[in-house]
Amino acid sequence: MKFIIKAWAVLCVTVLIGCSDTGGNTLGGGADGGSQGSVDDPTSEAYFEASVGDRVFFAVDESVLSAQARDALDGQATWLNSNADYTVIIEGHADEQGTREYNLALGARRANAVREYLIGAGVGGDRIQTLSYGKERPVEICSLERCYAQNRRGVTVLNNIGF
Amino acid sequence: MRILILLTSLLLATAAVSAPLRIKITEGVVEPLPFAAPSFIAENAAGAEYAKMLVDVVAQDLTGSGLFRAIPEAAHISKITSFSSPVQYSDWKAINAQALITGTVSGSATGQITVKFRIYDVFAGAELGKGLRFTGSADGWRRMAHKVADVVYGRITGESGYFDSRVVFVSETGRKGARKKRLAIMDYDGANVQYLTDSASIVLAPRFSPTGDRVLYTSYETGFPHIYLLDVGSVKRKVLQNSAGTMSFAPRFAPNGKSVVYSLEQGGNTDIYLMNLSSGKSRRLTNAASIETAPSFSPDGSQIVFESDRSGSQQLYVMSASGGSPKRISFGDGRYGTPVWSPRGDMIAFTKQNKGRFHIGVMRVDGSKERLLTASFLDEGPTWSPNGRVIMFTRETQGASGAASLYSVDISGRNLKPVKTPDGASDPAWSPLGR
Repeated sequence: MKFIIKAWAVLCVTVLIGCSDTGGNTLGGGADGGSQGSVDDPTSEAYFEASVGDRVFFAVDESVLSAQARDALDGQATWLNSNADYTVIIEGHADEQGTREYNLALGARRANAVREYLIGAGVGGDRIQTLSYGKERPVEICSLERCYAQNRRGVTVLNNIGF
Repeated sequence: MRILILLTSLLLATAAVSAPLRIKITEGVVEPLPFAAPSFIAENAAGAEYAKMLVDVVAQDLTGSGLFRAIPEAAHISKITSFSSPVQYSDWKAINAQALITGTVSGSATGQITVKFRIYDVFAGAELGKGLRFTGSADGWRRMAHKVADVVYGRITGESGYFDSRVVFVSETGRKGARKKRLAIMDYDGANVQYLTDSASIVLAPRFSPTGDRVLYTSYETGFPHIYLLDVGSVKRKVLQNSAGTMSFAPRFAPNGKSVVYSLEQGGNTDIYLMNLSSGKSRRLTNAASIETAPSFSPDGSQIVFESDRSGSQQLYVMSASGGSPKRISFGDGRYGTPVWSPRGDMIAFTKQNKGRFHIGVMRVDGSKERLLTASFLDEGPTWSPNGRVIMFTRETQGASGAASLYSVDISGRNLKPVKTPDGASDPAWSPLGR
């Protein structure tokens, strides 16, 4: 049963981010893969990922939130404010075009930019942790800008504490 | 790098300081010095097993340095059948062997082997230094070979060898995007790989203690990146810094082994801290809204080089080991990161990113005399050989099937070559001298 749910979640995310030609790149290893529940249940992780959108993207070497990113985070904040059973970990990621340590620090900046925005939109700071993966967990694995653009991301990973 | 082969006559045979056969390692073009190392003589049956293997490793070490060239045994005219008989110099001259290495191996019933060896300056017609004898467990035969090669390298270059050294690194398996990483340690030449952690969590950037018996690294064991200290012998580890809401990474030992400099991230901002290992207390060394990371001590412990984007892009800075205002040292095009102070104290190795390419480079500690040693899609993370003559680093190939592996290069930029590892490999750190 768990496998089926995970497979479904991978499919959703693949559609969402327009998984290009990288060939069978399942989400795994990092925490930003696999989610629980049905996309039809508006209080589920799967719904959050598929309909609200769990990630925002950044420009090269930037942690500034674009207008598009702020819109996405407004949606996340609205959802989180009405689904108080969830805490979140914001994962910051970087593309491979940088040194390891710098990318860890850059990912942390990105995660924190997302966190600060969500707090500003009313989500309690005690519900939000941050984490940087630097360049360790690319979601797209080609060495082209179209992949890098998907990898420079902040991902809001839900953790249901309601049970 | 230029090799000056000074074949002066052996007038001062007893003066250890003026060896006649000498490679001088400086800038310029190099012609590897030809040497002959015939199979060592087995003094008994227990030694026979090691005689050929041992001399092969000696030859690989010397040849691998790029400074020497082995003359194949098939070309040898004389055979060495006795360790004590006089050497037929003319036979070795005839094949242009400038140095000759002879030796014996004997084994004992208790699993020990004893290696004796001599080095000859063929054209001077004399022994180069005194013969030496090493005894150790047969299991450690490769290490004994490295020690022999270190003596040869030392007597001919006048500098300490780096062959009896180890490398701690991150072994990588699995697809890009879902890489499994674990800490591993091996001899500098890729032999004797042992794993220090499993691959349950991401591990990054291990660094040796000054005595080589402990390793600092970053692990996601708790789900969040934090710095750990691992004892190489027992493989026991402990977390050094895991305060909630923070990330710690990029740890490196101070030269006295008593403190650790590292990066701590809080609220999205990364600064450099110094932890006293006995008290566990940390002191903040930088305090800026920019990224400050990848700190590395000068060998005398008085200064720290690190990277910062305080100017708007990643650049290198030097500050006092107690903190205070840093001085920028990198001013060329592009971005500079992962600085590492050389063991000689005279240079800093770094990663440079410019126009979509990555380079490993070196500069003087004041930022002058920058030289790029490599160029590729992604080279990063230099580490110095214990004698400061060679740099090892990570090279990652591009694309969906891209993989990381280790390379080494002379600080002259010559002798670029892969280092053999069983799987993918990244983040090498070379051990200090004498392990």
